[in-house]
Amino acid sequence: MESNFLPSDYFPIVLQLLAAIGFVGLTMLATHLVGPKRKTKDKLETFECGIEQQGDARAPISIKYFLVAILFVLFDVEVIFMYPWAVNFREMGMQGLMEMFVFIGLLLAGFVYIIKKGALDWE
Amino acid sequence: MNQSVFYLLSFMTVLFALLVVFSKNPIHSALYMVLTFFTITCHYVLLNAQFLAIVNFIVYMGAIMVLILFAMMFLNLGKDTEPQKPVLLKFAAVIAAGLLLVTIFAALKKTDGGQITGIASNNIGLVKELGKTLFRDFLLPFEIISILLLSAMVGAVLLAKRDTK
Repeated sequence: MESNFLPSDYFPIVLQLLAAIGFVGLTMLATHLVGPKRKTKDKLETFECGIEQQGDARAPISIKYFLVAILFVLFDVEVIFMYPWAVNFREMGMQGLMEMFVFIGLLLAGFVYIIKKGALDWE
Repeated sequence: MNQSVFYLLSFMTVLFALLVVFSKNPIHSALYMVLTFFTITCHYVLLNAQFLAIVNFIVYMGAIMVLILFAMMFLNLGKDTEPQKPVLLKFAAVIAAGLLLVTIFAALKKTDGGQITGIASNNIGLVKELGKTLFRDFLLPFEIISILLLSAMVGAVLLAKRDTK
């Protein structure tokens, strides 16, 4: 890991990204060009498992989804901090382990609070 | 080579940011914001700040965008229900935005020609180097982050959870 990293090391990733996007674009274009098209009113209707559709998708949703999403973000941020820690895990030894335990412990207290409060119960 | 990539990326960043502001459909706005975040991630890679690039990619492009889309779904966006603002309010908004522009311009003018000093090595943005700095020199701020996250958790639960009693 002593070597100097340069931004140009990311060039293969850029190539892979271009290949992925190019494949998706080409496939979509090809299916549009190759496939036959017979559009009828029934075919163009939104398909909803055979049940007649009702209303549109723009109805307001429950706040419970947002609570789950925001808790996910918080734990996501927590896990991000474990990444530089895990890379240096061996070098930092016991001290690093303790540092992380304090960090995780405080967040675990939050997790216990969430569970006790029943915030993730769907009633 | 590096410079032309930078200019291309900057152009795309500004373009997508403008599209965020100008597109009528809020969902399209959010998707353009994903692209803006992605170009900013590329900027971090160009600056050799790999950890920031990953954080920006996972947290901003992934998690924050999910939150923004969720927040949009709370609103009733079916029809054009947005009422027309009165003229006085529009006038106030123009003045406020103009003042912000003047402030930003003045602040930018005071900085001297973009001289960057104090960077110890080219590798400071790498995950390993950053981890060493974070867990030695900035240990207290790091631990305080967990308290910040804890308070955010408690706040979110308190706001969103209806008391059953």
